Amino acid sequence: MVQMLVKTLKKPITSTFIAIFLGIFFASLILAFAGYAPFDVMKALFNGIFSKPKNIANVIIKSTPIIITGLSVAFAFKTGMFNIGAEGQFIAGSVAATITGLSLNFPPFLQIPIIILAGCLAGALLGGIIGSLKAKFGIHEVITSIMLNWIAFHLSNFVVNCAAFHKPNSSNTYTINENGFTTLFYKWKTSEEGLKFLKEHSLISEFFLKTDFNIGIFLAIILAIFISFFLFKMTKGYELRALGLNSQAAEFAGINIGRNTLYAMLIAGSISGLAGALVITGASPHNISDLSMFENNGFNGLSVALIAGSSPIGCIASGLFLGGLLYGGQFVQMQIGTPSEIINIMIGTIVFFIALAKFIPILVDKFSKHRIKSNTFNKF
Amino acid sequence: MITLTLDDIPNILMYSTPLILGAMGGVISERCGVVNIGIDGMMCMGAFTAATAGYFLANPWLGLLFGGLAGGLIALLHAIACVTFNADQTISGTALNLIGPGLALFISRLVFAGSTQTLTVSRKMPKIFSQEVSGIFRQINIDVTSLIALIIVILFWFVLYKTKWGLRIRAVGEHPAAAETLGINVRVLRYACVIMSGFFAGIGGGCVTLSTVSCFSPTSISGQGFIALAAVIFGKWMPHRACGACLLFGFAQILTVKLSGEKSLIPSQIIAMLPYVLTILILILFVGKSVAPKASGKPYNKNIC
Repeated sequence: MVQMLVKTLKKPITSTFIAIFLGIFFASLILAFAGYAPFDVMKALFNGIFSKPKNIANVIIKSTPIIITGLSVAFAFKTGMFNIGAEGQFIAGSVAATITGLSLNFPPFLQIPIIILAGCLAGALLGGIIGSLKAKFGIHEVITSIMLNWIAFHLSNFVVNCAAFHKPNSSNTYTINENGFTTLFYKWKTSEEGLKFLKEHSLISEFFLKTDFNIGIFLAIILAIFISFFLFKMTKGYELRALGLNSQAAEFAGINIGRNTLYAMLIAGSISGLAGALVITGASPHNISDLSMFENNGFNGLSVALIAGSSPIGCIASGLFLGGLLYGGQFVQMQIGTPSEIINIMIGTIVFFIALAKFIPILVDKFSKHRIKSNTFNKF
Repeated sequence: MITLTLDDIPNILMYSTPLILGAMGGVISERCGVVNIGIDGMMCMGAFTAATAGYFLANPWLGLLFGGLAGGLIALLHAIACVTFNADQTISGTALNLIGPGLALFISRLVFAGSTQTLTVSRKMPKIFSQEVSGIFRQINIDVTSLIALIIVILFWFVLYKTKWGLRIRAVGEHPAAAETLGINVRVLRYACVIMSGFFAGIGGGCVTLSTVSCFSPTSISGQGFIALAAVIFGKWMPHRACGACLLFGFAQILTVKLSGEKSLIPSQIIAMLPYVLTILILILFVGKSVAPKASGKPYNKNIC
């Protein structure tokens, strides 16, 4: 009995749940301290996420990009690199997707893959710069990533203000051509028969008609499974992981460090770029607008990957969880007036306890040894 | 034609000061073996607290002090996680980058009636000469905070390379087990360094809200902690070099401002990339491989080593 408890407590997933619980607990403490009723806030948060099918759909839409950037960061972690540049790669992907989506107008079966490919390539370009500078010149990936984030930021603003793309009297570009939309049933749901069908099925209607539910989440899930398979079942994935586990041993075993560093960052970059492209094709407003601050799609990916413990499949769950918190957080501010920043504090605290979570197995070990010891003493 | 004159020195320093202080925070922490990517969060908390204290106490010096203390408090969390609990330092730092700004904006909304922007302080940090001076003194009339930052850099360099304590800090960052056998208390030293790191980052944040501008807003600290972090690596974990990197960055910023002021063919967004492109180019051409302190990022456990 005790042993089973010890075993469950030592599982990584238990630590994750304890961290989440502690994060919510401390956020509640802060709320109580600030004079808000924690229970009401949590209720508003919960309702914001689950009360309507529309909200659930929106949570999924909000989660999709951070699941994918989370996958990018998690993948880089597995190869021993810290991809703080996911933010810039995401922006590059969205910029490339917007440009191709505006300039080309093929039928959807061609248009959509081209846009997505463009997004991936743009992200890969940034990742490739990071990887090759590290491989060739030994320049730390964190510096290049931070600089490229800002370069992508200004590049995005440049494209927004280009005469060819800028929509007059607005702070954004034109909307991309409809053939590039990946919103599910986009044409059908506004057609006559679609509207008629949806009228009879109000639940589905809310889910599809009132939101931009799109193919992104399915791609994210497929991608997570594929990355898992790649990392753990394929030779190249093994090489890349070896790099992350012990680069010296990997080199000794004949794995080319420089080249694999480049590959790893090319892949991580293209994943983040994909996230950017899918946001443009998937959800309105289907364009990019003038940025005054980072939108944190990449930085949230960091939290997603960390909460998931860098497990690709785990990224789906932690991405949905974070997406839920971020989306539901708006309702907290609207309904109770609690500053929505409490959500960032909560996520931060959860991540903080994730960092501490390694301590739980040690604590359990100490405690169980202590018990066994005292048990043996009792026998004598 | 763009010309840079002596008049630009105060502005270059004004841009660089928060970065320099943030970078010094990064240097001291990483030198003793604790990676601190949470500088941005600490600067943000420092900037907010400094502006708030400066507003209520009507004294910028006290404001700056409180800013430093707030940064130190956030850093204390980092120290508890990384030193006592042997936590992953990158994860903890990432968490603080979320908690710092979150807490700052949360409290701001509570104190300033729902606004994420604090009210303007009545007194800003002074310049080194009064406004009436003329001639060369007028041209080199830099902020007091800039002077403080430069003095701190010299102090850091002196302490790290010329004193017993500096040697100890560097030893702990390179090989904590060896340092411990020589009777250095690794944990205490790391605690002290990490808290100091937050203190200086907090002051750096305070420089933005009490010297550059006179209030805190959500964009006050927009990634400057990350630039400071890059400067630490750029400067190969040495205070004077990191300071040089920050000055270079400030210089590029001023160049950007001047270039976009001119009527030029290049769009302003492209010019805005200049500091970042320049940093990467200089890294490729002149700086090259950077080697972190050996134990940086690794938790130290006395019983396992």
